[in-house]
Amino acid sequence: MRKLAITVALASLSFSAGAETIQERAAPCLACHGERGTSETENTPSLGGQQAPYALIQLFMFREKLRVFEPMNEMAKSLTDDDLRTFSDFIAALPKPAPTADAADAARTARGQALANQNRCNTCHNPDYSGKENVPRIAAQREDYLAKTLAEYKDNTRHGYDATMADVMQTVGKDQIGDLAYYLARFR
Amino acid sequence: MMGLSSASRSLLLAGVVFTAFTVAASAQQPASPPAAGAAPAAQPLPPGSPLIGRPDGEAAAKLAPVAPPPIPAQADKLPLAKLKVPAGFNIEVYASGMTNARSLAQSDKGTVFVGSRLVDKVYAIADKDGKKAVKVIASGLYRPNGVAFKDGTLYIAELSKVSKIEKIDENLDNPPKPTMIYDKLPKDEAHGWKFIAIGPDNKLYVPVGQPGNNVLHDADHGQIRRMNLDGSGAEVYAVGVRNTVGFDWNPETKQLYFTDNGRDWLSETVPEDELNRVTKAGEDFGAPFCYQGNIIDQELGWGKDCKNYTAPVGLMGPHTAALGMRFYTGSMFPKQYKNTIFVARHGSWNKSQKQGGDVVVVKLNKDGTVKSMEPFLTGFLEDNKYVGRPVDVMQLKDGSLLVSDDWNGAVYRITYGKQKVAAK
Repeated sequence: MRKLAITVALASLSFSAGAETIQERAAPCLACHGERGTSETENTPSLGGQQAPYALIQLFMFREKLRVFEPMNEMAKSLTDDDLRTFSDFIAALPKPAPTADAADAARTARGQALANQNRCNTCHNPDYSGKENVPRIAAQREDYLAKTLAEYKDNTRHGYDATMADVMQTVGKDQIGDLAYYLARFR
Repeated sequence: MMGLSSASRSLLLAGVVFTAFTVAASAQQPASPPAAGAAPAAQPLPPGSPLIGRPDGEAAAKLAPVAPPPIPAQADKLPLAKLKVPAGFNIEVYASGMTNARSLAQSDKGTVFVGSRLVDKVYAIADKDGKKAVKVIASGLYRPNGVAFKDGTLYIAELSKVSKIEKIDENLDNPPKPTMIYDKLPKDEAHGWKFIAIGPDNKLYVPVGQPGNNVLHDADHGQIRRMNLDGSGAEVYAVGVRNTVGFDWNPETKQLYFTDNGRDWLSETVPEDELNRVTKAGEDFGAPFCYQGNIIDQELGWGKDCKNYTAPVGLMGPHTAALGMRFYTGSMFPKQYKNTIFVARHGSWNKSQKQGGDVVVVKLNKDGTVKSMEPFLTGFLEDNKYVGRPVDVMQLKDGSLLVSDDWNGAVYRITYGKQKVAAK
């Protein structure tokens, strides 16, 4: 009982008064990933509205160096399991990223859309590409980050938590990645 | 130099022409801005795509592979109270806190080794005066799902290599790095993780899954190999194997039995996962042409006939992911369990109403064919969601049965008879 009471107390701390605390703790994250959920940094993903279970897996993988990117490995190094959960819940609550706003090239968009449909990306990522559970939101993600990530899954330099994306990307051509990223970055 | 640059120029030119054509082709269609709901009929999937067969409907779009949480459940948060075993049996937590606990092996001295697939670690559960202590004995490995033990040596199978640690029991606190014994293995992610075991012929059995859901592949995939314990003399032992993640030898006939997972996206109800029996080296079990002994694959099976392949001895349910399996040879459980097979079914993802997520007991006829299959350990599936997922089963020397759960990072122990454990 006592343990439960303490847990509840701690939980309410991090969700009420702690709201400030997590904001403060997250400030260095948002410096690169964007304060309002949309990243303005090259090759750095927007985090807003990301699925919490996916974010938790990525933070865990950074901490354990299963996903290698030195700045993130460094940031996550000393996080506890509870920290990982707190940060992933925080990320999920940030506003959804804003899609790339430009006069979209209609031909490119159509090619990207056809590829996304052909490869049934919506099977796991949902018809609106908002993701579910361990599958990330990819709608309105940064175009450069999407292209980089798809290429890394294809040549297996980015090891997924499981084998799904490596498997799926086997049959997606390198020359198709650009159009897919273009389309998804502008998806609204 | 000249040659090189003109070659790259013509490549560039080819690229321009190609791009021009594609642009022209897509310009024919009215270009719509990206919007939710606007989904024109999709092109057929590229050959070899893991999603072939997946229809374009809403129900199918709800199904995706399920990944376990990366942080193991605390001992007091495990779903123990939800788990059900037959009358007279008891279940307890044997050890917890092992992220993604998968395949099990046991040393002569009773140390239990646990592999993992989604992290880089192999764990040991050491018994110290009746208390279980979990240690990481190897890390920095790549998908070290498979573990096996023989004569003091632990064998570890990663995605594309097999290694060993000698005298592991003497070195649990400070084990040396594993030494590679065999790495002539493909590096595919799909079905690349491995279950391994050592047979009564003292050889190490190492499967190589098919590199995708349903693909034509080369002669290096879709098989079970066996080799000497130093990695030499590797040979193909069985083919037509899609993805086996559990096998064991019949204690009476010494024949190898293995589970094999059927393909995704054919339908909600077929194909069923298989329980197979190898009666002679080199036997072909049909994948990817024939599934469950009587379904010719709708895409790759043209020109093939199921009668040319060895049919399974048992069907384990559609998409249930029958994984770890072991014959029960102990004397703790009632007599009718002697020489039955316990099979861990990890549970489906490619099915609207989830199925599996349990341990079943398979009883055999005298001729080694399947007589019956009954639930043994259930309760992992609640409201069509997993509260745990069993991966492997292993009999301890006292006749009790261990079950690993990669969802919670735990190992449970099932005993029979009066419960010794005091109520918590």
